[in-house]
Amino acid sequence: MTSELDIFVGNTTLIDEDGLWVGGTVSDAVALRVRSGILEQTGATAAVLQSDTMDHYRTFHMLERLLHAPPKLLHQLIFQIPPSRQALLIERYYAFDEAFVREVLGKKLSKGTKKDLDDISPKTGITLKSCRRQFDNFKRVFKVVEEMRGSLVDNIQQHFLLSDRLARDYAAIVFFANNRFETGKKKLQYLSFGDFAFCAELMIQNWTLGAVGEAPTDPDSQMDDMDMDLDKEFLQDLKELKVLVADKDLLDLHKSLVCTALRGKLGVFSEMEANFKNLSRGLVNVAAKLTHNKDVRDLFVDLVEKFVEPCRSDHWPLNDVRLFLNQYSASVHSLDGFRHQALWDRYMGTLRGCLLRLYHD
Amino acid sequence: MPGKLKVKIVAGRHLPVMDRASDLTDAFVEVKFGNTTFKTDVYLKSLNPQWNSEWFKFEVDDEDLQDEPLQITVLDHDTYSANDAIGKVYIDIDPLLYSEAATVISGWFPIYDTIHGIRGEINVVVKVDLFNDLNRFRQSSCGVKFFCTTSIPKCYRAVIIHGFVEELVVNEDPEYQWIDRIRTPRASNEARQRLISLMSGELQRKIGLKVLEMRGNAVVGYLQCFDLEGESGLVVRAIGTACTLDKLSSPAAFLPACNSPSKDMKESPLVHPPSHGCRSTHNSPIHTATGSRLTQNFSVSVPTLIYTGMGSGSAGKEGGPFKALLRQQTQSALEQREFPFFTLTAFPPGFLVHVGGVVSARSVKLLDRIHNPDEPETRDAWWAEIRQEIKSHAKALGCHAVVGYSESTSICEEVCILSASGTAAVLNPRFLQDGTVEGCLEQRLEENLPIGCGFCHIPYDELNMPFPAHLTYCYNCRKQKVPDVLFTTIDLPTDAAVIGKGCLIQARLCRLKKKAQAEANATAISNLLPFMEYEVHTQLMNKLKLKGMNALFGLRIQITVGENMLMGLASATGVYLAALPTPGGIQIAGKTPNDGSYEQHISHMQKKINDTIAKNKELYEINPPEISEEIIGSPIPEPRQRSRLLRSQSESSDEVTELDLSHGKKDAFVLEIDDTDAMEDVHSLLTDVPPPSGFYSCNTEIMPGINNWTSEIQMFTSVRVIRLSSLNLTNQALNKNFNDLCENLLKSLYFKLRSMIPCCLCHVNFTVSLPEDELIQVTVTAVAITFDKNQALQTTKTHVEKSLQRASTDNEELLQFPLELCSDSLPSHPFPPAKEHLESASANSGIPAAQRATSVDYSSFADRCSSWIELIKLKAQTIRRGSIKTTVTVEKASPMGEGNFRNRSAPPCANSTVGVVKMTPLSFIPGAKITKYLGIINMFFIRETTSLREEGGVSGFLHAFIAEVFAMVRAHVAALGGNAVVSYIMKQCVFMENPNKNQAQCLINVSGDAVVFVRESDLEVVPTQQPTANCQPLCTEGEVTT
Repeated sequence: MTSELDIFVGNTTLIDEDGLWVGGTVSDAVALRVRSGILEQTGATAAVLQSDTMDHYRTFHMLERLLHAPPKLLHQLIFQIPPSRQALLIERYYAFDEAFVREVLGKKLSKGTKKDLDDISPKTGITLKSCRRQFDNFKRVFKVVEEMRGSLVDNIQQHFLLSDRLARDYAAIVFFANNRFETGKKKLQYLSFGDFAFCAELMIQNWTLGAVGEAPTDPDSQMDDMDMDLDKEFLQDLKELKVLVADKDLLDLHKSLVCTALRGKLGVFSEMEANFKNLSRGLVNVAAKLTHNKDVRDLFVDLVEKFVEPCRSDHWPLNDVRLFLNQYSASVHSLDGFRHQALWDRYMGTLRGCLLRLYHD
Repeated sequence: MPGKLKVKIVAGRHLPVMDRASDLTDAFVEVKFGNTTFKTDVYLKSLNPQWNSEWFKFEVDDEDLQDEPLQITVLDHDTYSANDAIGKVYIDIDPLLYSEAATVISGWFPIYDTIHGIRGEINVVVKVDLFNDLNRFRQSSCGVKFFCTTSIPKCYRAVIIHGFVEELVVNEDPEYQWIDRIRTPRASNEARQRLISLMSGELQRKIGLKVLEMRGNAVVGYLQCFDLEGESGLVVRAIGTACTLDKLSSPAAFLPACNSPSKDMKESPLVHPPSHGCRSTHNSPIHTATGSRLTQNFSVSVPTLIYTGMGSGSAGKEGGPFKALLRQQTQSALEQREFPFFTLTAFPPGFLVHVGGVVSARSVKLLDRIHNPDEPETRDAWWAEIRQEIKSHAKALGCHAVVGYSESTSICEEVCILSASGTAAVLNPRFLQDGTVEGCLEQRLEENLPIGCGFCHIPYDELNMPFPAHLTYCYNCRKQKVPDVLFTTIDLPTDAAVIGKGCLIQARLCRLKKKAQAEANATAISNLLPFMEYEVHTQLMNKLKLKGMNALFGLRIQITVGENMLMGLASATGVYLAALPTPGGIQIAGKTPNDGSYEQHISHMQKKINDTIAKNKELYEINPPEISEEIIGSPIPEPRQRSRLLRSQSESSDEVTELDLSHGKKDAFVLEIDDTDAMEDVHSLLTDVPPPSGFYSCNTEIMPGINNWTSEIQMFTSVRVIRLSSLNLTNQALNKNFNDLCENLLKSLYFKLRSMIPCCLCHVNFTVSLPEDELIQVTVTAVAITFDKNQALQTTKTHVEKSLQRASTDNEELLQFPLELCSDSLPSHPFPPAKEHLESASANSGIPAAQRATSVDYSSFADRCSSWIELIKLKAQTIRRGSIKTTVTVEKASPMGEGNFRNRSAPPCANSTVGVVKMTPLSFIPGAKITKYLGIINMFFIRETTSLREEGGVSGFLHAFIAEVFAMVRAHVAALGGNAVVSYIMKQCVFMENPNKNQAQCLINVSGDAVVFVRESDLEVVPTQQPTANCQPLCTEGEVTT
C-alpha cells in the first residue's frame, strides 16, 4: 500500500508556526520536527508528521510566488489567510540568518555572488535552498527600492510589508550593497550584522542626500537616490577637515583642550595623551579620503585599524572611549581658527556613534 | 420580454503576461448570455486593465434567465493571430431572480481556465430588472427559493411542508462526442462545464415549476447530483423537499423559528395511547422480500435492509384508536403524493412523531446509451422503482413517510448501482396540509408529553414480526415500547434526551470480485451486495456496543463499485439515548470449547473488550442512572429475548441459534469466533483508536453533548489515494488497507487541527471511490469547531467577556485589515521611521548581538501580531518610545510619499478589501445569527493538466485545484454580498491521472447556501465596539504626529 496522493486543504490556509518550510528539504524538516518532540507531545506517528510536513511545503510552494511581492499576498483570493498569519508568513520568508548576511554584506548582489552561495552554504551550515532564498530576497528588495525616492525604510516597508525592525535591517543590507562597504576582512570578523546595521542606519540618517532634509522643489527632477547614496558634496567637503591635523597649532590646541577636560576622568589618560595625535590623524584622514570610492568601501577597515585596534591594544574601557570621543568632537567648537563646525558635527556625530558600536571584543 | 439583465465590466487585476515581448497583456472581455455577445474595448498593455465598460443589456425570457449562466471571457487581443483566451467566469444569476435574496452581484471573480487554473481576477457588476409575468402557463419558476440546508432555514418559518420533488435531465456528455477527437482539451472541458451549468439551471427551473404546482414557494434540502455515465451520457438529477416558507419579519430571538414556539408543542399530537398489542422486532435482519428481477436493461434489485425491525406489511393493525386516527390523517395527507419522502434531516418540533428505522434499497443496472435526451424515461423508471421499494419498506415498519431521504449512484464502466436510503417515520400531519389542523388531535394529556423520547417509540406492529427482537418500555416515560437499538439517517432531534457525548462510528469493508462483463458482472455485484450490507451492519452494531451506546444518527452507507472490488463505507454518529435500554456487552464465544489455550485466548480477548467498553463509557461520559428491573417492568415475553449477531456468510443461521448465552450478562451481544476471519474482525474492532483527548468527531450537524461552541471554525477537504500492491490481494488484506487508510486519514486530521483543541469535527463526510484497478480514493470534508470546555451553558459574566473578546477579534478580521492596508498606502504614512533615530538607536545598542541576529524574535512575534491592530500599536509604540518625533518629519515625508504613490508598480491598495468568507457543511455558524439567505451556490469545475510533474505531481495538482475551488466559491458569495456558505458540500471529486503521459484531470462539484451572518456578540455590543475599533489607528496617528 503506497500513498499516491495525500492532501489537506482548509478554507483557512494553515500556516505552520515553526516555519521550517522556508529552508531545507522535507526530510530535513521532518527530522527537525521529530527532534522537537512533537511526536511525543501529540501522539502522532511519523507518517502523519511526514504527510503534514508535505502539506506545508506544498502550500508554501504555492505561496512563494506571492511572497515575492507581499502586497499580492494581501490581494489574492486563492488562499484565505488571517492577517496575523500573513504577517507571520512575510516575516518568516524575509527573515535571514546572521551567519549568512555577514557573508554577503557589502557584496554586489550579482550573479557572481550567487555562485559563491555554493561555498557559503557548507561554511555557514545553512542549507543551499535557504541561502538562495535569502540572497534572492536581498536582491529583490534592492531592485525594487533602488530607483525609488524617499525614505529607504518606508519604501521597503511599503513594498514588502515588513515589520519596522526587519525593514530597517533590509535598509542596512541594501545600503551596504549599494556602497559596497568591505565587511569580510579578517579584522572585521568580530563585528556582527547588528553592528553594521547600526552604523548603516546612522549613515543613512546623516550622510545621505535624504538626510539633508531638502524637500525637492521640483518633484520631477532626477535626483540621486535619497537614502541609498552618500551625499557626494558632503564627502568632497570632508577634505576641509584635514586642517585639523595638518595645522600643527590647531592639532596641539585641540589636544590640550581634550587633555585639560579629561584629566582625572580617564583611566587611560596617559595612553590617550600619548596617542592623541595618532588617533586624531587617523580619524581625520579617514574623512579626507572618503572622496574616493575605493576608500569609502574600506571605511570600516580603516576605522577598526586607525581607531578601534589602537584603543583596544591599550585596553581602553568603553566608557573612556565614549568620554574621549565626546570631548574630542566637542572641543573642536572651541578652536577659533576652525570654520567647518557644521561639517565636523555631521561627520563626527555619526562617526562617534559608529565607533562606540564597533568598539568591543 | 420579462427580464433585462445588465452587466458592467469594471476592471481586471493580476492578469497573466500574455505578450512575452512586453511582459504585458492587451486584454478585453466578451460578455455572453444565451446567444448574445458584447465586447469591451481592448485595454492595451496592462496587467491591471480598467475597462469601466458601459452597461451591457440583455433582454431575455425569464426561462432563459433561470437556465443560462452568464459567461464572461477574458481574452488577449492579438492583431495578427487569433485572440488568446485568458480564462472565464461563469456567473449563476439565479440568486437575483427572487426578491428576498441578493439584489446585485458585484465583486472580484477569479478568472478561471481549465488548463491553467486561476489567472487573475475581474471586477463585474450584474443586475436584473424583472417584470411581473402573469402568464399562467409559463415555463419559468422564478421566485422559488432553493436551499441546500436540510432543515428549515434559520430565518424562515415552515407553514406547510409539501413533500418530495425530484427531476432529472439527461444529455450526451461532450467528452464522448465525436467532435471531441478534433477539439482541444480546453474546448472540451468548457463545453462540459457549460452544459452542466445549463442542465442544472434547467433542472432547477423544472423543480421550481413542480413546487409552484404544489403551491409551495421553496425547496429545502435540495440535492443535485451528476452521474457521469461515460459513453451512455450525462445525467443531472435532483431531489428536494417542497415547502411553503414564511420569512420571520423580526427575528428578535436568536432561536431559530423551529425551536421556539411553544404553541407548536401544544398542537403536536405527540401523545398516543399506551395500548399496544404485542409486537416484536429485532436488530440483525436481512429483508429479502424483494427478489431479483430483470428489466429490459437487465437490472437486479438487491435484497435490502431495514435496520430496525422487519415487518411484513402489517401497517394497519395497530391497537389504539388515536394512533389509527393519526395514521389515517397522515396517510390521507401523504397519499396525495406518490412518494412521501422528505430530504430534511432536522425538523420543526412536533413534526416527527415516531422513527421506525433505516430503510434502504439498491439496484444494479447496466447502462445503455440514452437515445433521446428529451425523454429520460429509463432513468426515471429506475429511480421510481427504487423509491417504490423504499416506500414499501417504510410501510413494513408501520411508517408512512421517509425522512432524511437521499439517493446516490456508483458507476464503473457500464455497471451502475443506484442506492436510496432514509428513515421510516410517522409524521404529524399538521405541517403537511393546508390549515387542516384537526381539533381532535390537539387534546388532553398535554402535561404528560414525553419530552425527548416520543420519537424513539416504535411505530410498527409488534405482531407478525418474523424475527425475535427485544422491546422494553421506554426508559424515559415508561409508557411506550422502544427497541433496544435505533438506527436513523437523520440528525439527532434537538429535544432528544441524550446521556454523555456522541462519537463517529464507521464500518469499512472491501470485497474482491472477479472482473466480468455486462450481465455477468451485474449479477456478481448483486450477489455480493446483501453480504456487504449485512457485514457493514454487523460492524456498525459491534462498534456501537463497544462504545456503550444504543443509537446511530446520520447513518450513511456508501457502496462503491470498482473493476475488481466493492467497497462499503458506513458512517454514523453513535449516541446513548436515555429512552433506550442500556446496551449489553459483547460476549465472545469460541467454537471449540475444549481447547484450553484457546479458552484462555478467548477470555483474554473478552477482558480486552470489556475494558474497552468501560473506557469508552468513561471517555464519552456515559453514566445512565441505574434503574431497577421492577420499575421498567419485565420485557415483553418472547421466545428468544436476546439480540444477537450472526456471522453468517456461508453458514446457515440455525446452526448458531442454539448457543447458550446464559453465563453472560443479560442482553449480551455474542461474537462468535469460528474462524480466523472472525478473529481478525474482533481484532479490528479493538484497533480503532479513539481520537486524542480534546477531540470529538461526529457526522451529524451538531455533536450530542456539546453545546458551548466558540466561534472558530475551519472547514477542510482532505483527499487520499492509495495504490494497492496487486500481488496476493485478499479480502483480509484489502480490509486492512482500507481500514488503515481511513484511520490514518483521521489521525492526520487530528494532528493538523491540534491548535484548535478542544474542538469537534462535525459533519465528517467520507466519500470512497475506485478511480482505477488498484487505486482507492477517500475524500473527507468536515468542519472543526472549537468549544469551551469549562464554560457553563448559562450566560455568565465570563461568557459576556468572552464574546466581547470574540467580537473584537472578528472586527479586526473584517475591519482592521483593509484599514491597515489603506494606512500603509496613504501618501503620508502615519509612522515614517524617524530620521533622527539616534536616541532610539543608542537605546537599541544595549541589545546583545546574538539576539539581534535574526532580526525578529519570532516566537513572540506571532503572539504580538495576533492582529493588525496590535501591530499598528506596536509600531506606534516603538516609534514613540524610541524617538523624538517632530512634525517636520511628517511634512518632509509627505511629498516624497506622493512621488512613491505615482511611481509604484503595485496596484493601488485602496480597493483591496478581501473580505473573509466562512465555509461550513453545517446549516449554522456557531456564535452567529444568519440574517439573510442570498441564494444557492452550485458550481462545477473541470481542471486538466498536461504538465503534471511541473505542477507538483498529483498532490500538487489537486491541492491547487481544491484551493481554487474554495476561492471561487468564496468570491461568488462575496459578490452576492454574503460572508459565509452554509450547508456546503463537495458532491463530487472525480480524479483521473495518467502519470506516464504527465496528465491528470479532475472534476469537482460543490454546492451550498450563500448567507449573511452577524455575530451574536456584535448584535449586543455594536455601539461600544465599533467606534473603538475604528478610531484606534487614528488615535495612534494623532499621538505620533504631535
